[in-house]
Amino acid sequence: MSHDHIPAVPVTLEGVRRRPGGGAQRRYWKSLDELAETPGFLEFLHREFPEQASSFEDAKGRREFLTLMGASLALAGLTACTKQPEETIFPYVRQPEHMVPGRPLFFATAASHDGYARGILVESNEGRPTKIEGNPDHPQSLGATDVFGQAHVLGLYDPDRSGTVRHLGQERTWGAFRAALGQALEPLGEAGGAGLRILSGRMTSPTLAAQREALRAELPEAQWVSWEPADRDNVRAGATLAFGEAVEPQYRFENADVILSLEADFVSSHPASLRLVREYAARRKVDPLKPEMNRLYVVEGSPTSTGASADHRLALKSSAIEGFARAVAAGLGIGVEGGVDHPWVAPLAKDLERAGARAIVLAGETQPPAVHAIAHAINEALGAVGTTVVYTEPADAASDGTLQDLVADMNAGRVEMLVVTGANPVYAAPADLGFAEALERVPLRIHHGLYLDETAVLCQWHLPAAHPLESWSDARAACGTVSIVQPLIAPLYGGLSIHELVAAFIEGSEPKGYEIVREHWMDVLGGGEGDDFEKAWSRALHDGVVAGTAFEEKAVSVTVGDWARAPEGGPTPGLEIAFRADHGVFDGRFANLGWLQELPRPLTKLTWDNAALMSPATAQKLGGFRTVETGAGHVTDVVELRLGGRVLKAPGWILPGHPDDSVTLHLGYGRTRAGRVGDGAGSNAYALRTSQARWFGTGLEVARTGETMLMACTQDHWTIENTANQAAADRHIVRSATLDEVAADPHVFEHMGHEPKPELSMYPPHEYPGRAWGMAIDMSACVGCNACVTACQSENNVPVVGKEQVGRGREMHWIRVDRYYQGPPESPETFHQPIVCMHCEQAPCEVVCPVAATVHSEEGLNEMVYNRCVGTRYCSNNCPYKVRRFNFFLYQDWDTPTFKMMRNPEVTVRSRGVMEKCTYCVQRISRARIDSGNEGRPIRDGEIRTACEAACPAQAIVFGDVNDPESNVSKWKASPRNYGLLEELQTRPRTTYLAAVRNPNPEIPSEASSPRHHG
Amino acid sequence: MASTPHSEPQIIAPGHTFATVTDKIASIVLLKKTPYGWFVGLAVGFGLLNLLLVSLAWLLIRGVGIWGLNIPIGWAFAIINFVWWIGIGHAGTLISAILLLLRQQWRMSINRFAEAMTLFAVACAGLFPIIHMGRPWVGMYWLFPYPNTMGLWPNFKSPLIWDVFAVSTYALVSLMFWFVGLIPDLATLRDRAEGRTRKWIYGVLAMGWRGSARHWHNYETAYLILAGLATPLVVSVHTVVSFDFAVATVPGWHATIFPPYFVAGAIYAGFAMVLTLAIPLRKLYGLEDFITTKHLENMGKVLLATSLIVVYGYAIEAFMAWYSGNTFERFMLWNRMFGPYGWTYWVLLLCNLATPQLMWFKRFRTSVPWLFAVAMVVNVGMWLERFVIVVTSLHRDFVPSSWGMYSPTFWDWATFLGTIGLFLTLFFLFIRLLPAISIFEMRTLLPGARIEEDEA
Repeated sequence: MSHDHIPAVPVTLEGVRRRPGGGAQRRYWKSLDELAETPGFLEFLHREFPEQASSFEDAKGRREFLTLMGASLALAGLTACTKQPEETIFPYVRQPEHMVPGRPLFFATAASHDGYARGILVESNEGRPTKIEGNPDHPQSLGATDVFGQAHVLGLYDPDRSGTVRHLGQERTWGAFRAALGQALEPLGEAGGAGLRILSGRMTSPTLAAQREALRAELPEAQWVSWEPADRDNVRAGATLAFGEAVEPQYRFENADVILSLEADFVSSHPASLRLVREYAARRKVDPLKPEMNRLYVVEGSPTSTGASADHRLALKSSAIEGFARAVAAGLGIGVEGGVDHPWVAPLAKDLERAGARAIVLAGETQPPAVHAIAHAINEALGAVGTTVVYTEPADAASDGTLQDLVADMNAGRVEMLVVTGANPVYAAPADLGFAEALERVPLRIHHGLYLDETAVLCQWHLPAAHPLESWSDARAACGTVSIVQPLIAPLYGGLSIHELVAAFIEGSEPKGYEIVREHWMDVLGGGEGDDFEKAWSRALHDGVVAGTAFEEKAVSVTVGDWARAPEGGPTPGLEIAFRADHGVFDGRFANLGWLQELPRPLTKLTWDNAALMSPATAQKLGGFRTVETGAGHVTDVVELRLGGRVLKAPGWILPGHPDDSVTLHLGYGRTRAGRVGDGAGSNAYALRTSQARWFGTGLEVARTGETMLMACTQDHWTIENTANQAAADRHIVRSATLDEVAADPHVFEHMGHEPKPELSMYPPHEYPGRAWGMAIDMSACVGCNACVTACQSENNVPVVGKEQVGRGREMHWIRVDRYYQGPPESPETFHQPIVCMHCEQAPCEVVCPVAATVHSEEGLNEMVYNRCVGTRYCSNNCPYKVRRFNFFLYQDWDTPTFKMMRNPEVTVRSRGVMEKCTYCVQRISRARIDSGNEGRPIRDGEIRTACEAACPAQAIVFGDVNDPESNVSKWKASPRNYGLLEELQTRPRTTYLAAVRNPNPEIPSEASSPRHHG
Repeated sequence: MASTPHSEPQIIAPGHTFATVTDKIASIVLLKKTPYGWFVGLAVGFGLLNLLLVSLAWLLIRGVGIWGLNIPIGWAFAIINFVWWIGIGHAGTLISAILLLLRQQWRMSINRFAEAMTLFAVACAGLFPIIHMGRPWVGMYWLFPYPNTMGLWPNFKSPLIWDVFAVSTYALVSLMFWFVGLIPDLATLRDRAEGRTRKWIYGVLAMGWRGSARHWHNYETAYLILAGLATPLVVSVHTVVSFDFAVATVPGWHATIFPPYFVAGAIYAGFAMVLTLAIPLRKLYGLEDFITTKHLENMGKVLLATSLIVVYGYAIEAFMAWYSGNTFERFMLWNRMFGPYGWTYWVLLLCNLATPQLMWFKRFRTSVPWLFAVAMVVNVGMWLERFVIVVTSLHRDFVPSSWGMYSPTFWDWATFLGTIGLFLTLFFLFIRLLPAISIFEMRTLLPGARIEEDEA
């Protein structure tokens, strides 16, 4: 035996011994088997025999050999047409550590949304990040993700991202920029940086904060303004009002029995929403045999998912909520004036008082500071501080002045150089500031961002930014915990991170992002270059959190001030407008991400557009307002919104549960330079939004324009809602009951349906001797946040089809979240029902397929064979749940190179003319089967988590083996709340639902909580 | 055989002899100057046929998304048109086979072109199941059970597979039936044609027919056997087509009344189409002597009878939906009547329930313009019936969140009109190139033939 046979892997005893340890990281091998299984050792054994022997064992190798022989013969007679590269190239001789082709690796990092970090794990396939999962070790993520986190990968690969440095529209090099910057900084430096302004988004990065300090040391007069269009200024200001300092409330829903939300949409717009939803939903997974749950009251000026999952939801104009909050505070004996009485106030106050320390009141960022102060005062009075809420310092660094100050400086000619990084003020700044005009007065304007956006085109310099998945950084979560952001891939478009940009201002040197972040943490964690730091650094990178960085609780107490006195001037009559961040495109920054554009909004089910949302009564006042559903989309009347002399046209849309005399318009639409996806979609709400009326404003005028517009809505809308909701009730699609009803009869839900006996089927039942996959979805816990939809889209390579196709009813989502209303349209009860494939045991789709392209697996999966599908669509017609999706066109982008990198390599990219649908993430099942098979053990319960299940912040979805009585899913299905959708059809669905339980306060007079009738 | 009372309209005008019948029919093909109307008709048909070709090209380039289909409405115009055309095709077989077996001699002047109509309608119908598939390039043969390296068979549980057999059998038997029936007339044309090429072509097609007694014997036997084969097909084809719906779970489809109701509807639609074609044809070529008012009146009666069966089907559907007490069925019925497509249901009833009642009255039955008008209304009504069944049932089925609406696109209409073009083109070519009325069968209707037959 000689080493000559194995030139690729020089195996030495030393090497074999070292192998399991894997180099620097010390690991102990557990057995000789493990040692023997190392690739090197196996190769060593194998290669004992002559070189070619193993190649000829399989036919493929032999064919390859013949091909090569043929090719050589052909080449012998020809001059070679292709050239090998001149440089010496190397194959993978020694595999990088941990790298097994075909097996993804997961790296912990953080996805900042709106500045706040959410811990994520990024799946990397051969170096390509393809999927985001939540990091279970991160306190604000707990393993879940939101829609923005999921869309992170799409943002990375967006082909419309800017890839070149530009000066006055011409392509330049980084070197040219550095030279120009050096020149410009010289006079500025002499003035101490007086004319330099940096405008960025919210800043929670400790490294960036340190860099800012360094910059300040060098250029003391320079100012750094941080600004977000969807700001949380009211939260800060409210805390300052109440406590005298800008503390951040940290809510603890796991301890909360009664929650009152004053327009706080903690489901979709709160820095800690993932954790809050987890804690909230955990208290709503009712065991009917031990009925107990929390109770949520929501008072809101615009319907949200939070309101939809509430036990009591009160639709009040945003401007009227303060009066309500004052009345509640007064009802609790707090010296707050100016309350506006409401029939809910007394019973609500009583309920809060009863819960005492286990109650909590939250105010939303859309409410004025006084409401926040009132909420803080109530929490303190209830004794809730320490139980359901604690206070810490805020995670974000304070800004040097406001955007208004900056614009004033710009107008006054005090700004010589403006650097805009990670913000788009030309598009999103309040309309009254006239940012674009002010910008033109700045002599040198530099834009640093992912896209060549509205702001970029008005700046002389544009610098492409590196995406967070491409760069080193760090960020704090709302609770203070820091995550190191590590890159998964080298910058695709050659951008620089914000740290690298700022470094250019400080030293003029060119440190790499890695060095900047690492050096910062070397200072913080201490230990210099030594082992201690390495250990701590590795641990921080590995875990995705830097241990011990969460903020300490701060003891603060409420000081009663002016805010407690009645506000001057009563509530303003007439129409008001409410602005809200969009559920998908947020403040507009995600406008070019098709996944988010096409995400049906939780309540309106609109995609690709925002709309002037209003109540049925408000729409009626417009006279003849109509929305008509056609096969090409919903044709709706366009309305004209006038506010303070500014005019905007937007499609009108009736939304049940919206307060009367108010119109909601979501931000983030009407972009003009978002990219190919986002340009021209929707109406620009910023055109009406002023710095005074940031979240709501009075004095709105609305009129019909006589024009109509085609909208892409994925579910029924207002005009047929009565029919649809009545039908849904008759069919027991949604089963719900109050906690009292469940307490009186735990089996109340079972009486609502009629499940026929299995032996009534024409076909013999399938047998499932081994595993039987099933899923249960808890409708009590589901808050309709859509994270599952985006997660599925990412995991399963689900294409984006565009507005026109969604309008035609051809959206491709494998999981959808249906929305049903019960009760009057003014104050309906709302239910969310995620629908995946039911994987019926007697699947109607399977029998009708003429070519057997959809078949039953022995584990009970209803499988789609894309190769075999000829596209008759009969299966879809025959599917009672309509979960099947058809490729009417070639929806997948087969050409864009970056999208090829983005796709999950384990899921087929479907072509035109075939049917597709939810597979229960069969690729994950297969992986677990292979892994468990290799390890000679059964698949563990919880080992397979479908993409929707993994993403769900409410943990409302559970998947597993229903043949195993001990599995989680079996336990869920054993609940008296469990029911199958349309079970009377005898389809025997494997996906079942746990009926929704609501916990209304019997003392609250409410139309919505009128007794329900079920068949 | 019962003699025809003289007061009644005749099925062949008096005064004709063997020679005049042969002359008159054969001259259409061989001698007579082609009427101006033929060119107009062919131009219209050929124009629409080109629209079809453009539509199909675009369909193959882009995909079925060029139509208004969606989820939940996975089937729409293509399947409506398929059922409509295949229904129209039924009159041919019925007239050829069943009326032959029942010795209804009045069929003889209309059976030839009714059979041709069947073939062309089946050709139009057969196109749709193929082109409606997402991947017709594989679907058009994967549906056949052929041994293959994949080791895969089609799913015999699927009604679509039954369809493949039903429709292809029907097309083949109809073609053979038609062709066998043509052989004696092709020989007549061969004998009369001038010019070598024509003689040669008709000669080849006539397959050596010399009119010997042996030939006639074989012919009669073959024709009867084919008629026997074709008879069950009249019932089976549309029964199987109805299974596409009845086997599915969709409320509005899942009904046991469907097979008989579909068969009746098919015959109804077929006779309406025969009328639609016969009335202009006899006018164009002056064939009033052969396609007499008696024929038209008989067809009017068939129309009335089948319309009553169809209306019974509607009534039973509605009654069962109500009587079942089934939520889904009841909603389906309500939605069919008062939903967003409710108007189609009421127009359908106007077309298929109200209008045919005119046929109770002899005045309308014997009035050519009225018959033509009624036949056109029935054509529309039967198309609407399939629209109501296919689209109205699908657009609001079980889960209300997935309800949708359907709007046909330009390409939906273009494809539909295009198949009408295909049909017209084939039909006009047929009446120009082949005897549209059976010459030899018409001759048997003459008094001279009857005497021979009676004596025989």
